[in-house]
Amino acid sequence: MDAQTLIAQRIAQELRDGMLVNLGIGIPTLVANFVPKGMHVFFQSENGLIGTGPVADPGMALPWLTDAGGKPVTALPGASTFDSAMSFGLIRGGHLDLTVLGGLQVDQHGRLANWMVPGKMVPGMGGAMDLVAGAKRVIVAMQHTAKGRPKIVRECSLPLTSDRPVDLVVTELAVIGFPHGRATLLETMDGVTVEEVVAATEGDLVISPELSEPTLPKATSKAAAMTSIGEPL
Amino acid sequence: MKTISLQDAAAMIPAGATLMVGGFMGVGTPEPLVDELVRQQKGDLTVIANDTAAPGIGIGKLITAKLLRRVIVSHIGLNPETQKQMLAGDLQVDLVPQGTLAERIRAGGFGLGGILTATGVGTIAAEGKQTVAVDGRDYLLEPALRADFALVHAFIADYLGNLGYVLTARNFNPLMAMAAETVVVQAENIVPVGVIAPDHVMTPAPVVDYLIAKG
Repeated sequence: MDAQTLIAQRIAQELRDGMLVNLGIGIPTLVANFVPKGMHVFFQSENGLIGTGPVADPGMALPWLTDAGGKPVTALPGASTFDSAMSFGLIRGGHLDLTVLGGLQVDQHGRLANWMVPGKMVPGMGGAMDLVAGAKRVIVAMQHTAKGRPKIVRECSLPLTSDRPVDLVVTELAVIGFPHGRATLLETMDGVTVEEVVAATEGDLVISPELSEPTLPKATSKAAAMTSIGEPL
Repeated sequence: MKTISLQDAAAMIPAGATLMVGGFMGVGTPEPLVDELVRQQKGDLTVIANDTAAPGIGIGKLITAKLLRRVIVSHIGLNPETQKQMLAGDLQVDLVPQGTLAERIRAGGFGLGGILTATGVGTIAAEGKQTVAVDGRDYLLEPALRADFALVHAFIADYLGNLGYVLTARNFNPLMAMAAETVVVQAENIVPVGVIAPDHVMTPAPVVDYLIAKG
């Protein structure tokens, strides 16, 4: 399984029946492909749609029914449309249960940077700052490293998206949460060792005593916890 | 409300004006009006909009024609030409979080001086902004936005100027229709009064100044 699919599948396990969810572009979009059978989730598109459906059949696309990237989509039964103030009222007013966003960096306290690389990439924040500030729960979907360099860092060198910490980071190596404001390793992905996660992570990483470790013998885990730069909870 | 030709509508807009332009990635942008502004080469404009679309689409055409002095938008990522002009110093780009942009426009149209929002607190979007604490939480004071003209796209308009929008083409249009000195509407369908049921009117006729007649 490729890294993106692995991440998306793991995040899909966080979905609950009846949730209102906003997915960012990239890996987050893939989460919609793994909604558990029988579960109904409302997906919001911030250009003014709840109930975003798949791409229309050839010849059936309507130019006025699009996703946030401007691409024609369909609407599912029970869908609703609204203006941009309502769309962001849903996001900022605490009505959005979950947002899944991509990330460039997350610091050891859970603060996300995902909207610009000064001098290189300045696309604008779009709805990212509103989503992180306003959603009930924020999950970051990203590769653990970029060009071999950790993306979970002591301090973000890139401009922050919000000062509100995210709830969970899911990578192809691990699931990391931020209880008490400290990066904490909650799960390792199948076949990944704690040492591998620690080596690919910058800054303090607390090893959760309830760490799920599908392939890892306990002794190794304890050793890792003691020798790592982090400390157990 | 008056009806107006496409040519006269664009001619009414002076160079240097501030425009609100409806649309989200070009969806719900009054495209014929944009084309006419390009044809008449109306320059030095400031545009308030969600984004600068893409080259050849909506506001992207104004960018490519170099008619803009300044844009106040939430996203320019899908238009490399905007970034190019920004980096060359030819275009001022003010980036605003999308929800904040919508609310600043809404405030402008609803008689509010601005809004308080937690979006952007602790980021570079807070630079130069006043912070106000309410019940122990910090908010940014974001001032209202207004424009000289709102260029609005509607799916349906009646002869009085009552408007209805369709699906995701609604976006910023009804907010902008409240927030400009002069509101100009391009509608896909123009229908007799009464065809739009009162409950289905999304923008009431009195706020509309001009409806562009079919060519």
